Amino acid sequence: MTIDITMPALSPTMTEGAVAKWHKKEGDAVKSGDVIAEVETDKATVEVEAADDGVMGKIVVPEGTKGVKVNDVIAVLLEEGESADSIKAGTAKPVPKAPPAAAAPAPAAAPQPQAPASAPAQPAPKPAAPPQANGGGDRVFASPLARRMAEKAGIDLASLKGSGPHGRIVKSDIDAARGTAPAAATSAPKAAPSQAIAPQAKAPAPAPTAGLPSFTEVPHTTMRKVIAQRLVQSKRDAPHFYLTMDCQIDKLLALRKELNGRKAAEGDHGYKLSVNDFVLRAVALAMKKVPAANASWTETSVRIFHSVDVSVAVAIPNGLITPVIRGAEGKGLAEISNEMKALAEKARAGKLTPEEYQGGTVSVSNLGMYGVRDFAAVINPPQGCILAVGAGEQRPVVKDGAVAIATVMTCTLSVDHRVVDGAVGAEFLGAFKQLIEDPMTMLL
Amino acid sequence: MTDGKFDLVVVGGGPGGYVAAIRAAQLKMSVAVVEREHLGGICLNWGCIPTKALLRTSEVYDLIKHADQYGLTVGQASIDFAKIVKRSRNVAGQLNRGVGFLLKKNKVTVFDGAGKLEGPRTVKVEKDGKPVATLQAKNVILATGARARALPGLEPDGKLVWTYKEAMVPTAMPKSLLVIGSGAIGIEFASFYRTLGAEVTVVEVLPRVLPVEDEEISALARKAFEKQGMKIMTGATVKALKRGSDSVTATIEADGKSQELTAERVILAVGITGNVENIGLETTKAKAERGHVVVNQWAETAEPGLYAIGDLAGPPWLAHKASHEGVIAVERIAGIKGLHPLNVRRIAGCTYCRPQVASIGLTEKAAKDAGRKVRVGRFPFIGNGKAIALGEPEGLVKTVFDADTGELLGAHMIGAEVTELIQGYAVGMSLETTEAELMETVFPHPTLSEMMHESVLDAYGRAIHF
Repeated sequence: MTIDITMPALSPTMTEGAVAKWHKKEGDAVKSGDVIAEVETDKATVEVEAADDGVMGKIVVPEGTKGVKVNDVIAVLLEEGESADSIKAGTAKPVPKAPPAAAAPAPAAAPQPQAPASAPAQPAPKPAAPPQANGGGDRVFASPLARRMAEKAGIDLASLKGSGPHGRIVKSDIDAARGTAPAAATSAPKAAPSQAIAPQAKAPAPAPTAGLPSFTEVPHTTMRKVIAQRLVQSKRDAPHFYLTMDCQIDKLLALRKELNGRKAAEGDHGYKLSVNDFVLRAVALAMKKVPAANASWTETSVRIFHSVDVSVAVAIPNGLITPVIRGAEGKGLAEISNEMKALAEKARAGKLTPEEYQGGTVSVSNLGMYGVRDFAAVINPPQGCILAVGAGEQRPVVKDGAVAIATVMTCTLSVDHRVVDGAVGAEFLGAFKQLIEDPMTMLL
Repeated sequence: MTDGKFDLVVVGGGPGGYVAAIRAAQLKMSVAVVEREHLGGICLNWGCIPTKALLRTSEVYDLIKHADQYGLTVGQASIDFAKIVKRSRNVAGQLNRGVGFLLKKNKVTVFDGAGKLEGPRTVKVEKDGKPVATLQAKNVILATGARARALPGLEPDGKLVWTYKEAMVPTAMPKSLLVIGSGAIGIEFASFYRTLGAEVTVVEVLPRVLPVEDEEISALARKAFEKQGMKIMTGATVKALKRGSDSVTATIEADGKSQELTAERVILAVGITGNVENIGLETTKAKAERGHVVVNQWAETAEPGLYAIGDLAGPPWLAHKASHEGVIAVERIAGIKGLHPLNVRRIAGCTYCRPQVASIGLTEKAAKDAGRKVRVGRFPFIGNGKAIALGEPEGLVKTVFDADTGELLGAHMIGAEVTELIQGYAVGMSLETTEAELMETVFPHPTLSEMMHESVLDAYGRAIHF
């Protein structure tokens, strides 16, 4: 069966793109991971990788074609043993459009193995995407000066929200994005000058700092602004409620020790599991048990996701970012662990690609390593839940009517009540606790 | 005695107040304007408009004097001062009635009297010391304007030492005139009287005339004025005025030397000061400082619901700034989203002397002082066909761009009709133009506006006609 290669959605707002370049000709062998084409959007040029092995059967959309709709077929890949004849006449035409975005998800239910190329799984919402400005369409409205300043500063206009008339991006928006305080509109008084020089010609109003000790002003980075904008949005729009449970993790620690020790004994190529790796797997499995919690809010519907993509908060210099473990419910502890390490390293080096940090269906924030006992996190919109994980510490617990000592980790789930009700949240947290406290069940 | 309740009471019916009132009416507010003297304020009645009428007379007079250049033989023009002044007053009167009509059409209630706050939400109206009305308002905009600033020892007396007001309605032509202050007001009167034949001396404390303008423009203006026979003393201070029966002797100090100068009349034009007194500010949290009410970028005072706009709220002292501030204040009250504070750098200023001067944005020096790397374009009137045809070959269009971004930082013009041209650059600046859009714009031929194009081209070494 032939495989259709479609125009990938490279950003949440992308509706069409241009095929800038084909790297493979018809008849070329293609291996999964090969760069087959370059796709250009108004924001960037991105290499598209093959997701499958095969032979380039037909290039449907020639190089340089602009305005190709997302999900339209741009080429057809032949699997082993197929010939170009197997390309049905009809495939040259764009396949029926993907279901409208609102009904999006269902990668598994796709009728035929579409090649999503290198792009992130199409349905995943991309909450980490910067705020979209300028209403619909692809055209970004910006003043000529703002355009040029953005170009010089390497700022993506599409990532900014315009403050000008009708959301147009203006100079002050670029100034703000660059972290330079917009030069206060200094008034050059334009009026009859006086014989005695008017004193008001002097400096602008004093900064509102009277009574403050000396300080250093750290101008906002783009990341700081995005954090501020999104978290304010979250606290404003998402009615948060909080569920807290204590999890005893002595068994988990023992299992972790055993597994980590086993690896040493066998000297294989490696994993070193952290408590957080167990937490991530437990979240994924608990979500699978209580799928109603693996959801996000949209204006018209609640989206219940078919895959658990876990966003993990990673502190980086001057901010934080949330790389995503996709399809975590299908990944083992070692896989999660190694993937997380790689992502965290890339995050700290500032090398995450958008598809590595955009999206996610639930978040985990762990401050245990700082000795935090428990805390409540702000939901990462449009996700429905975030789990805040505290430190594992020895605490007195009551066991069989007597006080005993156990290692306890307190976890608090922040929930968007629009998406997930109390009972569902509690059910999820209970499932999570069960997995954490009886970690062998995670292996099932 | 009437009482009333309004969504908005505007105190002062000048270009700030009446525009604010009309905008508020458009936004379905119930509005009252309290005006103590005449709708349209100083601008319309004793400022911008009547002086433009006077200056038009002097322009026509000058043209007639040079009619020969245009191939016309005209007899000796004579000056009828009463008629000149009457025309100026008629123009003001016509527009004053126009404002009354506009307010009526917009169902704005006008109270004839002086408005005074009694607490933040009550405005008491008095006429000739007698109470007329007590108004309750959800919001109040103060727009009481400003008056000529007086300096100690140089106080105007209305007879020998004039302010703009007396200078506008002279009964006879003074043979000689001393103008103190070379800002827009001083220079316009100096130009008017000089053109009609008076001996005019201008004294300016700063080192150049029209001190807010670009240095190059100031220098060209001075040259033009002196060529017309105006005497100009810069870096000079009037220390004292000795008033005689029909003349004044001024003691002027310059370069450490003192000299005396006698003139029939003196015009005091050393700036203005806001009318902050007797408006009941002290019954609110609002504060006045150095002759103006302290406001933020939305024209809000420290008292919630109380706004101050225009000259009362500080410089630049321009009617169009007052109007725009009025609109912003009203839209702020109405809760309209996406409002932008006034960017004073994008307000053009015009001086209607001969030659005219107009400018917007940063001067070359101010841009450099602000640390900008600049590109400067210049185009002289002598290179423009229309200017030659008009017989106005003197003048300059200067543009200042940010060398890095191409942002149009400022434009400075001197010459015929530049006050009508400057708005082209103002639109460009509001749209945040760079040099590229201005270069791509097609300017009609033959017009003076072509010089605006050429000046931009010149900033990038591409001027065609010079």
